[in-house]
Amino acid sequence: MTDITHHIPDRLLAAYAAGHLEHGFAMVVAAHVSMCDSCRAQLGAHEALGGAVLDGSAAEGLSEDLKLRVLDMLDAPAPPEPPRFSRSGIYPGPVMQTLSGRPVKWSALGMGVRQSILHRDRQSSVRLLYIPPGMAVPDHGHNGLELTLVLQGAFHDETGRFGIGDVECADDDLEHTPIAEEGDPCICLAATDAALRFSAVVPRLLQPLFRI
Amino acid sequence: MTRDAEITEQTRWMLAVRDQRDRAAFARLFDHFAPRLKGVAIRSGMAPAQAEDVVQEVMLTVWRKAQLFDPERAQVSAWIYQISRNRQIDVIRKERRPVPEELKQPDAPQEDAAQMVALDQEVQKLRAALSSLKPAQRDIVEKAYLGELSHSEIHAQTGLPLGTIKSRIRLGMEKLRQDLKARGLS
Repeated sequence: MTDITHHIPDRLLAAYAAGHLEHGFAMVVAAHVSMCDSCRAQLGAHEALGGAVLDGSAAEGLSEDLKLRVLDMLDAPAPPEPPRFSRSGIYPGPVMQTLSGRPVKWSALGMGVRQSILHRDRQSSVRLLYIPPGMAVPDHGHNGLELTLVLQGAFHDETGRFGIGDVECADDDLEHTPIAEEGDPCICLAATDAALRFSAVVPRLLQPLFRI
Repeated sequence: MTRDAEITEQTRWMLAVRDQRDRAAFARLFDHFAPRLKGVAIRSGMAPAQAEDVVQEVMLTVWRKAQLFDPERAQVSAWIYQISRNRQIDVIRKERRPVPEELKQPDAPQEDAAQMVALDQEVQKLRAALSSLKPAQRDIVEKAYLGELSHSEIHAQTGLPLGTIKSRIRLGMEKLRQDLKARGLS
């Protein structure tokens, strides 16, 4: 994994460290960090700064019995941990975690393109996309931020080439057309903070249908 | 120069918790961090009782997950900060924050005192830089790292020396990988 050239923007790593990143983006950051030592170390640096802020922050008086209560609980058995799922095939730990270890359930979007929505809430959504070799993801703009992490294959668009582990960070003014390279189908983990809007008329009509 | 003379008190306490399950050392960490964790939780809008629940959960995690503490990659305050951010999000959003896969840890880590001390020293420099910021700048950094700014509001470079710490942490990660490889664990 030494040839990752497109990393998570620093402000997103800082926001992730601080816990102020919407769930969908947090998943892409966690997945990329699982694959990229450079971003893992940079995240560690942000956490060092966060730790310094915590260390220097104002102390608040505690209830009298809190310390004794916690000390009493040290010997109590820990509550059962939810199972942890680690990397499986091309899917890094955080993706396997959200899949609870089960295989991906794809749904067809037409032209061989498939998707699997992993999580959506009011702030963000995150999905897996499967794009056959040579195929373009329908031309789309978005209303906010879009983060796309390549898990298999590669794609290129107006801004460059993205291989395994690379992240494309697109904001609202980028109208781009990612095209999957020949070879393996391109599988990506993509998060957006708003519904994608496709430029072509027909796909836009299909949007509510496919919940893109 | 003995190792104990050079590494910080917090690191020594945390290693005692990890390696000897030392309750007195844990109590020291509690005395230092619990009131600050409560302050941070209240600052984020929690009621005092809920804030103390978070403090309790974070400190219990420090005890229970102590084997994951790796002083070559994170200072105690950074490690506790990370646990507390996870915990606070789980409580506020009622969902688990996606976290990176853990790097594999050897069962009996052989810490390199020089690496620990070097990381401590870099963090000391960072603290000094943080405290020398103008109040307004410092306020922005605090807001950013206590989760009060969204990613689109975090943009200005703080000018704080994160690059040297990043390099230090990377060395720690490489050492960990070599260590695992040498023991045939990777």
